[in-house]
Amino acid sequence: MAEMRYNVPNDQWPVHPEKATLEGRNKFVGFWTFLAGETVLFASLFATYLALKDQVPSQDHLVAAELYHLELAFVMTMFLLTSSLTSVFAVYHMRNNNFGKMQLWLGITVLLGAGFLALEIYEFVEYVSIGHTFRSSAFGSAFYFLIGTHGFHVIVGLIWITLLIIRNANRGLSVYTAAKVNTASLYWHFIDVVWVFIFTIVYLLGVL
Amino acid sequence: MAQVKGKKAGFGAVLWDYLTTVDHKKIAILYLIAGGFFFALGGIEAMLIRAQLAIPNNDFLSAGLFNEVITMHGTTMIFLAAMPLLFAFMNAVVPLQIGARDVAFPFLNSLGVWLFIFGGIFLNLSWFLGGAPDAGWTSYASLSIASPGHGIDFYAVGLQIAGAGTLISGINFATTIITMRAPGMTYMRMPLFTWTTLVAAILIVFAFPPLTIGVFLMIFDRMFGSNFFIVEAGGNTIIWEHLFWIFGHPEVYILILPAFGMFSEIFSVFSRKRLFGYSAMVFATVLIGFFGFMVWAHHMFTVGLGPTANAIFALATMAIAVPTGIKIFNWIATIWGGSIEFTTPMLYALAFIPSFVMGGVTGIMQAAAPADYQYHDSYFIVAHFHYVIVGGVVFALLAGLHFYWPIMTGTMLSEKLGKLEMVIFFIGFHCTFLIQHWLGLWGMPRRVFTYLDGQGYNAANMISSIGAALMAVAVIILLINIIKTLVKNEKVGRDPWGDGRTLEWSLPIPAPYYNFAQTPLIRGIDVLALEKEEGDGTIPSAGPVEPIHMPNNSFIPFMISLGLFIAGFGALYFASGKPWAIDAVADLPVRPWALYVLIAGLAITFISMGVRSWKDDLGYYITKEELEADLRELEARERGAN
Ligand code: HEM
Ligand SMILES: [Cu+2]
Repeated sequence: MAEMRYNVPNDQWPVHPEKATLEGRNKFVGFWTFLAGETVLFASLFATYLALKDQVPSQDHLVAAELYHLELAFVMTMFLLTSSLTSVFAVYHMRNNNFGKMQLWLGITVLLGAGFLALEIYEFVEYVSIGHTFRSSAFGSAFYFLIGTHGFHVIVGLIWITLLIIRNANRGLSVYTAAKVNTASLYWHFIDVVWVFIFTIVYLLGVL
Repeated sequence: MAQVKGKKAGFGAVLWDYLTTVDHKKIAILYLIAGGFFFALGGIEAMLIRAQLAIPNNDFLSAGLFNEVITMHGTTMIFLAAMPLLFAFMNAVVPLQIGARDVAFPFLNSLGVWLFIFGGIFLNLSWFLGGAPDAGWTSYASLSIASPGHGIDFYAVGLQIAGAGTLISGINFATTIITMRAPGMTYMRMPLFTWTTLVAAILIVFAFPPLTIGVFLMIFDRMFGSNFFIVEAGGNTIIWEHLFWIFGHPEVYILILPAFGMFSEIFSVFSRKRLFGYSAMVFATVLIGFFGFMVWAHHMFTVGLGPTANAIFALATMAIAVPTGIKIFNWIATIWGGSIEFTTPMLYALAFIPSFVMGGVTGIMQAAAPADYQYHDSYFIVAHFHYVIVGGVVFALLAGLHFYWPIMTGTMLSEKLGKLEMVIFFIGFHCTFLIQHWLGLWGMPRRVFTYLDGQGYNAANMISSIGAALMAVAVIILLINIIKTLVKNEKVGRDPWGDGRTLEWSLPIPAPYYNFAQTPLIRGIDVLALEKEEGDGTIPSAGPVEPIHMPNNSFIPFMISLGLFIAGFGALYFASGKPWAIDAVADLPVRPWALYVLIAGLAITFISMGVRSWKDDLGYYITKEELEADLRELEARERGAN
């Protein structure tokens, strides 16, 4: 029985292991399609945010220019952008069939992502303590829904990559696990790109 | 592996097989049964509406109940009947049309159908749990925020679950058509039904996320204390209208494009001719899909977006008539000079052309923004969209049911009963909706539960209700036809219509679970017709008989969907009596158990997803020997039948 071999010997390791099988190719196309949908999802969120920006019931509610700290947002951006870079390193080592280094860089990606998340939680706690909450105004609802949906994606990405690191720990690299890692890293890049837009449209435009 | 192959499998085994199946042909049956059930439910609701409106000052339904019935009629028909029934045919036909052994993601295919089924059940349980949603299928925020009880929450959560299933199916079909085509099946050789499925799938991917966001805004506002639509807190209800129609207009094209695709197949088979202007048809399909995203504000002309916005959207809307017109002329040219066979599907297809064109013409009338101030929210609109949806989509579903029935069940519906059904449905349809144009122009608003005597509406409403009853008679004839056919169970062989032109008709009926024993080689457009002309109609193979890789069945999709279904109840009742919820929900009694239900439901979903991701699911192989034995058996069977 000519079973498909998932565990390819090192000298036959393909240049694009994630697309070496039909399932891998399907996953690649399917996930890009999913990301297209996610793009529209975030576009709808941005539109909602822009429509409701600074829409507060009365003068004593804080608005964007009084709330945002560019310094914090900048540090968060650095965390997330760096984590995108480290996930590229992970995929690079995956293509070279270097399992140990791939796991290492995935681990660093998770740590950087967790750092970003911690700062985001700090920011939210700070805002809530000065009265800017999900329920305080339409502006608050729109702000937390947009940033929170992104943050939720970060959490999902962190759990996803962590589970991959653990589940693959004693499976090693195969064209089957390579496709999984590649998909997760695509997702992670997407989260990053969305954050770039958040930084520009929410924070930068917010303080101007 | 877990394939039930025995002829007389027990009921339990069959049930388990369908609960766990990842085979697109069986998932098609699931969509057909569930979609057919919801179609019947929506039909009963339609009968209630027309019974209430048959005479003036009627009190058959109370005003509140009437609002619930029209809301559930629209929501059920669009989300739970029309779309799933289209998915039934896509699942049954598209993989066979492109020479694939299954869809790209069999597991997700099963997840899609179970999410739809559980979402649909969730939505409809509202009838028994304190009242159905009552703000119309469009559920405008100004109405839905004020709606008492949990009705709107059932709408919101139910649509979220079912919508996730639709999105997943959209991704699946787009990927399948891009990656799984057999050798030689280039894009410009794909049958029109495959093309329209591809464009509709892409529309789903782009159109459903705005609905998801809109519905989340509604869930948060009603149940979790946010202020998106609460004007006093800075909110804005128009956001809902935009998000809903950015989804809603592409949605009507998600429905009509596959219908166009099915009619294209039917016209060409029963005119025994190649489809006229194939590349123009493909181009028009893509163009309609593209334009479909730029016209949503024609539903909002009276909102007050301003003359500039209205003018732009009016022009964009009128532009869609161009590619649609191209299609109409190509269909006519396909019939022209053909050797026509008047089968039931062909009769529906022929009836579709004038019926749909009438809906298109009223669409263009409404696209003229100043004129639309007159038509808007009147029965004219009701007439327009029923002409396009019933005269287009439902005709296609009924035509497709007769046309593809042999592929799906291995039997053939009675043509005599089919034609009777078609004639009665056609008459009933025009009788119901033609007169509604005038009702609208005479000033009868839509969504009113009754009207006064002496306004000149009586006769027209009675005519409309009689027409509705005729359509119900036609559907009952169809049901009788189905039952008779299933009981008789007379199996048919390959190409039962005798004039099949595309790959799906080349397969034995029923198709083996792996579809193609050898990967087919596609040498041109309408490949079966081509091979019939140039030989004996056998499709050449692209390779030898080889072991086939198959996916494993799985119960996990059912569990993931069940978890969300349970979590939905938790979320809904969690909000009951909470001070932050909207007044209508805060007034309800507190449910202390709700949080645990929410957590339990989410746990079921996430643990199921975790199991799925953790285990290696490598599928299994059908060996060469098994395949060869199957082929020999098939040959013996077909020789015996001749
Ligand atoms: C030539 C093509 C079409 C044009 C120009 C057109 C135009 C319009 C316009 C301007 C309206 C809004 C009227 C108002 O509410 O004041 C409308 C409503 C509607 N159209 Fe069309 N339409 C076209 C085709 C279709 C098709 C193919 C479908 C479905 C398959 C469809 C389904 C609907 C529905 C469901 C509504 C009413 C929604 C509601 O308010 O509940 N239309 N159409
Ligand atoms: Cu529209």
